Amino acid sequence: MADERNLIEILEENNPIDIIKYINYVHSPKCGAIATFSGTTRDTFEGKTVLELRYEAYVPMAVRCIKSICSSARSSWNLNSIAVAHRLGPVPVGDISVFIAVSSVHRADGLDACKFIIDEVKASVPIWKKEVYTNGEVWKENSEFLERREELGIQDRTRGCCGRKVKVEDALDAKSCCALTKHPTHTDRGC
Amino acid sequence: MHSCVVAVSSFTPYDRSMEIQEHESITENLESKVDEKDNKSVEIKVLFFARARDVTGMTDMLLIVSTGSIAPDCLNNLLVKFPGLSEILWCMVVALNEEYTPENTVVKDRDELAIIPPISGG
Repeated sequence: MADERNLIEILEENNPIDIIKYINYVHSPKCGAIATFSGTTRDTFEGKTVLELRYEAYVPMAVRCIKSICSSARSSWNLNSIAVAHRLGPVPVGDISVFIAVSSVHRADGLDACKFIIDEVKASVPIWKKEVYTNGEVWKENSEFLERREELGIQDRTRGCCGRKVKVEDALDAKSCCALTKHPTHTDRGC
Repeated sequence: MHSCVVAVSSFTPYDRSMEIQEHESITENLESKVDEKDNKSVEIKVLFFARARDVTGMTDMLLIVSTGSIAPDCLNNLLVKFPGLSEILWCMVVALNEEYTPENTVVKDRDELAIIPPISGG
């Protein structure tokens, strides 16, 4: 493959994302467009006040997955450079937790690739976030991942939290059942 | 565990040869156990993330499983040790050596198996 300019960074705790760095990385006089996406911490979720998000990752695998996503994006769109950065650790309300920048000759490629990349990050990259409220905290679950599970290699282990086998159509109920054992875990259709 | 009991009869003098035989027998048992691990079992590293770590209380551990085991065999082994993992069994995936992998992949010695609860990056 000709030079693929991809910059992928998983930032350790307390390292804010410098979006200018990534925009500068993808910038090129050959390109007419730079498309970017910023994922930011919202202050509420379903009426609950969010204090912060806390992220952790299986870093080596996360980097591999993002590289693979970049390759997939390049096979579908004509792209110049790609930068993807994700923070770990606590990310206060209003801060950026994930940033994507894509440069392309024409804007359609960049815009479409940008959307594809964030959708894929949410579906397959081993990064987790805990939403911290005033009265508790909960691990979030991306709906994009739950929809993608079977393709990721998992068999249909549809057992409810009680251990009984449930039919596939009850799997969502099983999730609710599991959710009630702790704080409610809701899928995040966020950014 | 091999316990060594030497009975001393008041009618027979202490027989040192018996002690030597038992020692040799213990040594043989230990050697065969080492061989057993090399040929019949593999040792993998298991990583726990997010909810899985909350359940097990560990970030990682070494696990010995029979040669030829696949991921579900390892999970069954883990479920015995950590029954609480059942609450995420239906929605988690596993990764072998940093890649999502079909569940029928055989694990090899020194493989790294990651327990991946539902992700929430981005």
